[in-house]
Amino acid sequence: MFRTRELGGGETSIGSEVEETLKRIQSHKGVIGTIVVNAEGIPIRTTLDNSTTVQYAGLLHQLSMKARSTVRDIDPQNDLTFLRIRSKKHEIMVAPDKEYLLIVIQNPSE
Amino acid sequence: MPPRQSTKAKLASTSLQPGKGQAKGDKSSRKTKKDEDETMEYGDGGEDWMGRPLLKPPDQLELSETELKEEITRILTANNPHAPQNIVRFNFKERVYKHVSIVEQLAVHYSVDGHLLHVDSDEARRQLSKISSVGDTTSVVSGITEPREEEEIEETENKDEEGTEEPEATDIIESEAKEEDVEKGGKPKYERKIRNQFNFSERASQTFNNPVRANGCQTEPPPRANFAATASQWEIFDAYTEELEKLESKKEKPKAAAVKKEERLTKKKQTTIESQSDDISRVAKAAKIVERMVNQNAFDDIAQDFKYFEDPSDEFREQEGTLLPLWKFQYDKAKRLAVTAICWNPKYVDLFAVGYGSYDFMKQTRGMLLFHTLKNPSFPEFIYTTESSILCLDIHRVYPHLIAVGFYDGSVAVYNIHETTNTPSYMSTSRFGKHTDPVWQVKWQKDDLDNNLNFFSISSDGRIVCWALVKEELVHTDIIKLIIHGLCKDELENLQLKIVDCGTSFDFHIEDDKMFLVGTEDGKLHKCSKAYSSHYLDTFEAHHMAVDAVRWNPFHPQIFISCSSDWTVKIWDHNIKTPLFIFDLHSAVGDVAWAPYSSTVFAAVTSDGKVHMFDLNINKYEPVCVQVVVSRKKNKLTHVQFNPVYPIIVVGDDRGCVMCMKLSPNLRRQPKAKKGQEVKRGPDVEIAKLNKLLNLVRDPDIKPK
Repeated sequence: MFRTRELGGGETSIGSEVEETLKRIQSHKGVIGTIVVNAEGIPIRTTLDNSTTVQYAGLLHQLSMKARSTVRDIDPQNDLTFLRIRSKKHEIMVAPDKEYLLIVIQNPSE
Repeated sequence: MPPRQSTKAKLASTSLQPGKGQAKGDKSSRKTKKDEDETMEYGDGGEDWMGRPLLKPPDQLELSETELKEEITRILTANNPHAPQNIVRFNFKERVYKHVSIVEQLAVHYSVDGHLLHVDSDEARRQLSKISSVGDTTSVVSGITEPREEEEIEETENKDEEGTEEPEATDIIESEAKEEDVEKGGKPKYERKIRNQFNFSERASQTFNNPVRANGCQTEPPPRANFAATASQWEIFDAYTEELEKLESKKEKPKAAAVKKEERLTKKKQTTIESQSDDISRVAKAAKIVERMVNQNAFDDIAQDFKYFEDPSDEFREQEGTLLPLWKFQYDKAKRLAVTAICWNPKYVDLFAVGYGSYDFMKQTRGMLLFHTLKNPSFPEFIYTTESSILCLDIHRVYPHLIAVGFYDGSVAVYNIHETTNTPSYMSTSRFGKHTDPVWQVKWQKDDLDNNLNFFSISSDGRIVCWALVKEELVHTDIIKLIIHGLCKDELENLQLKIVDCGTSFDFHIEDDKMFLVGTEDGKLHKCSKAYSSHYLDTFEAHHMAVDAVRWNPFHPQIFISCSSDWTVKIWDHNIKTPLFIFDLHSAVGDVAWAPYSSTVFAAVTSDGKVHMFDLNINKYEPVCVQVVVSRKKNKLTHVQFNPVYPIIVVGDDRGCVMCMKLSPNLRRQPKAKKGQEVKRGPDVEIAKLNKLLNLVRDPDIKPK
């Protein structure tokens, strides 16, 4: 609390730090796209085209919600931290945060 | 009058048995009590009658059997048998005498006139006045009642039953009169108040009836909303934890109420500004994880090697091992800087700190402090830039977020990676004991007596200083000053000139934390103690050039190793003045490090880009592995560190590149277990192993003596 107040400008630097991280992720080899999805399943930021983004966002949002409730139904103190889907072509990595969902699609064999 | 009624009832019952009643009538005394007895007698008589023989009156008719059985029905009528039936009256209408068929049937058996007088009535007054005048009560009473008695006697002639009744009535009157009299006689003047004066009045009135009214009104219906949800167990859990947090924050609220108000104001301002950026900053943690995952995928082969690859060719080589290069850690901004210090984090074994600076003292530039993690080799975890180049650093064992750093300009600083600021939490200033020459080594020590964190530093200005973190600043204490003794001492004594010795490295004893070794620029090693600041415990003429590193063996308390730019690495026993082992590496040795898993293994890096690995247990004279690890020949290796857990080392070169290498099985070989024996592990075994070797070396030394 206090720190964020002191560093009024620091907050934006954290934001820019995240921007840089996302940029770095995107620049890694094999990374096809990154999507940030909000709690309602609406994509906020993407590096993919519109229709693919919407499809990924909608489906993965549902999936991660289901996965999360599965984990939490078993033990309420537990929580889903990461979801990794390995497919024939890609690896889809989903990091659910409190309000946002970060989706990265990578082709690991590239 | 109740007693009268009761007697009447009895009369009725007795009248049913006229014969008996008559017979007893004479016997019965003139008292009511006798009456009661009479009825009882009748009851008894009924019972007696059963047992006694029948007494027949003499005039009874003799009846035959059939006559007795004959039923005679009689109807009781209310006609008066004595009523006349032959009354004839003249009918004026028909002018003739006519027989009157309807005759009064009423028969009066008994009648009595009331003789009670109202007190206020005239007669009563008269009587009272009489009584008072005569004074004799009894005579008056009898006088009053006398005429009545006569009347009654007349009546009794007609009806037999009256006889029993009559005397009783007089009796009562008598007693009443007596009572009255007694009262009057006792208190003659007192007029007795009589409640009931036969003056009743009953009134009734009707009140108005209130008209009935109905009143009603309609209110607006409360707002309604339909809500439906399925509550899973974890949603309930979340709700409760949220509630708990609220409660806890409420407890804290009163303390920080004033502060929060201010915060709220500033927050409001901030939110408007941040609204655009904060949605992205919230995925910071997720982004970090994803970056690591992407890296893991990208460097999947290296990660597999790190975890599982064991060089199979080692089996065919007797004593040699290899180093398998894994990740390379590079950062664009640190490309031109030399790696000047490496230190693993004791808590997170994948994390290590690297200090960057320059060893070219003609071209001093900025410095840099980076934290790399094996999980993300492509980008450092933390980045700090410094104005002066960093020459050394050390991470605190207990508080791994605190990093002590020594700079080329002589200052020391402590960085706290918990804080997001880019500046050190503590920094020595020129006013308070700052070194005047480059700081070559810093080392955290155990907390002092006041429980303050403290670390030691050594500098070319010949001072070894203890820095304590007190509140917000560094407090310094000089531990020892390195002075060259016996040189020009006599001549310069009067001038008070002291030629200082330039310290370049030091290391504290593992067990005895008072004892430490100091390496100097002119190649000497001093064994010192914190307790004596004026002189050395011992001095070794170790090297011909500056001692770059000196380190105690992590297992054996007497053994230490030193390396120097004079191309040599030497192993010493601190009680013996001469080295036990000397290794010539044909190039300036930048750093040497003992392995954490074996007492006999150490690694040294040289400026020709080679890593030399020794295992004294395998070969006492030759390294078990020499490998060029830098990409270009020009690059020099500066530092080496073993990971405390994994079988890997990191080496830094003078172009800002840090390489991670895996040790092949031959380099971390444990002594083979003989059949039927358990493989012993632990420090004792390691000490024994080293001692065994050292005895071989010592023996020839001792023998000549």
